[in-house]
Amino acid sequence: MNKPADISVPKQPRKRGKVSIKKVSLAHGGGGKAMRDLIDDVFVSQFDNPYLSPLEDQARFDLNDLAKFGDQLAFTTDSYVVDPLFFPGGDIGKLAICGTVNDLAVGGATPLYLTCSVIIEEGVEIEMLRTIAASMAKEAASAGVKIVTGDTKVVNKGCCDKIFINTAGIGVIRNGYNLGAGNAVPGDVILVNGLLGDHGATILAARGDMALDAPIESDCASLHGLIKTILDICPEIRFIRDATRGGLATVLNEIAQASGVSIEIEEDKTPLRTEVKGFCEILGLDPLYLANEGKIVVVVPAEHAEKVLSAMHGHELGTGAATIGAVGDWDAGRVTMRTVFGGRRIVDMLVGEQLPRIC
Amino acid sequence: MKYVDEFRDPVKAKMLLKEINELVEQIDICKTRPLAIMEVCGGHTHSIFRYGLEGMLPKEIELVHGPGCPVCVLPMGRVDDCVALAEMPDTIFTTFGDAMRVPGSKKSLLQAKADGADVRMVYSPLDALDLARKNPDKEVVFFGLGFETTMPSTAFTVLQAKEDGIKNFSLFCNHITIIPTVKAILDSPDMQIDGFLGPGHVSMVIGIEPYEFIADHYKRPLVVAGFEPLDVLHSIWMVLKQIAEGRAEIENQYSRIVPDEGNDEALAAVAEVFELREFFEWRGLGSIDHSGVRMRKEFVDFDAERKFVVPDIKIADPKSCQCGEVLKGVIKPFACKVFGKACTPETPLGALMVSSEGACAAYYQYGDPDRLRELEKGELEKA
Repeated sequence: MNKPADISVPKQPRKRGKVSIKKVSLAHGGGGKAMRDLIDDVFVSQFDNPYLSPLEDQARFDLNDLAKFGDQLAFTTDSYVVDPLFFPGGDIGKLAICGTVNDLAVGGATPLYLTCSVIIEEGVEIEMLRTIAASMAKEAASAGVKIVTGDTKVVNKGCCDKIFINTAGIGVIRNGYNLGAGNAVPGDVILVNGLLGDHGATILAARGDMALDAPIESDCASLHGLIKTILDICPEIRFIRDATRGGLATVLNEIAQASGVSIEIEEDKTPLRTEVKGFCEILGLDPLYLANEGKIVVVVPAEHAEKVLSAMHGHELGTGAATIGAVGDWDAGRVTMRTVFGGRRIVDMLVGEQLPRIC
Repeated sequence: MKYVDEFRDPVKAKMLLKEINELVEQIDICKTRPLAIMEVCGGHTHSIFRYGLEGMLPKEIELVHGPGCPVCVLPMGRVDDCVALAEMPDTIFTTFGDAMRVPGSKKSLLQAKADGADVRMVYSPLDALDLARKNPDKEVVFFGLGFETTMPSTAFTVLQAKEDGIKNFSLFCNHITIIPTVKAILDSPDMQIDGFLGPGHVSMVIGIEPYEFIADHYKRPLVVAGFEPLDVLHSIWMVLKQIAEGRAEIENQYSRIVPDEGNDEALAAVAEVFELREFFEWRGLGSIDHSGVRMRKEFVDFDAERKFVVPDIKIADPKSCQCGEVLKGVIKPFACKVFGKACTPETPLGALMVSSEGACAAYYQYGDPDRLRELEKGELEKA
């Protein structure tokens, strides 16, 4: 079959629209010129690539090109509603790229193409949208992914909180990989790539409700490079997951349940920043449940653990990597922690939101 | 972390545990039945589970998790009153975070918030007063909750509001007091407690003198305890030591924080703003005389109960709940008929499943210490 050569790249680039007013109005979601101008000026100009710029209703790919990366397509989606939109170490735009890139990468996929749908509250400053779009473009470029299609909606004031973003992503999984939460077997070792809980603590502190200042930054980062590094040297890795909402504890419980095994971690080996520990002490939070945006949990057969750990240490996003525990056969589905004090406790799934205790 | 890690030193823990085991050998009661030590305060319950202390102790010691979690003992009727206040027009209802999930007869504050009420979580009553200053067209109600630990900060806030002439701030007072409750437990016919760990932060305010009757009249030792795991082990050691030597005294392990005479300034503020109620209703324990406080009539303008109409309807605890028996140490959480079935942290029926400081929620979340002890034993055998 003939390749539909360059079907998506028009010969004459069309003239792009410009936004001249300062704030988003309902007209920008109306489907007319105002919307086109907003999309062109704020998003297309930043995300610029030949898949996106013709603004067809869909992006088009050559299957043969995709097949060069592997034999399974990976497809994922995530929505971003973080409050505040800008926080130390990142913003909603960066998060919207990293989060979806990571969801692809943990499955062993090379992340390739992302979508970007935004729901904007009427009255939002155009300049703020530009900042967010620029942040997305920057992170996408550094992660090697292209934003190839998108959608823009504007809703009445009060119907959403400033801006919500959804990104879906496509990646291709290399031949032979089958990472899964159900693959862990007793004897396997649990690794993480660094300090836990920074993102969750940063967001809580940045909200300002707690009147607590903490010198902490979000760990928000695209992890595909680190993941590729460890999968290249150790294709036997059983499972990788990014420990986002619900934190380390949630991922461990998911593994224990899916694999029908027990997991025990050591509190004194679990890497936590002193500031995060102090923050949790004061607010009565458990750092095991705090969200991360740049941390992975890796399950490795024991004989390969050292090799994977040192590969992590050699990558800039894995310098703080540590072995935190092991898979066992005590009680299927149970996660326990050996506390710093020498006692033992169960680490369960989180119920509801973590709320501060009062005394 | 400096000044924290020192109190979590596993080497010192091993030394203390060795001595605890030796003391247990010397105590006659331990030969016939487990020795029951009640930690009154929910903060201790949390530490015990958080660090897995129960599993480290010899099986001859049974920890009974007492009534000192103010969120847990809040009766349904009072939660209904909160919801009614929160749902008044032009009202911001402010509360500490862990009261949000406590079930009322129809809904919790969290559900009221979802239904549109303006319910906000604050970290201090002063934050609520700030909200009142910033929102002069709204009534800001603060849900005052807790033992003597939180009473002074509420009292100071009310005094501040009065001094500043703030008209749109009021307190829904649900503060409770620990001494009558400990007495009620001691008077209960099915009570079987051999010694107590006294509440550290309550004692920081009231001092240790109010506990004297426990030693004098009931002949039970009480040790005011800190909250770090070594504090708790050390205090258990002190209780055992008293029992082994045939003493029943009030001792202060937490002297780095708790002055024996308490805090005069805090007590004066509390006395200025609050007076004892004739009785107060506790979830799981029923009505206890003089166990709660209300605002004095000089502060009527700041008293949400007088300023507004609250339903004030008494709602009986669910019949299937055995929280009262767990609180008194008669049964373990697992022995309750509804534990983990109808009553879970997602859908708590009983008080003790509500807050992470409640005994049942702690068992549910952190595991059965006996079962964990088996794991420990299995590992020793393997090794």
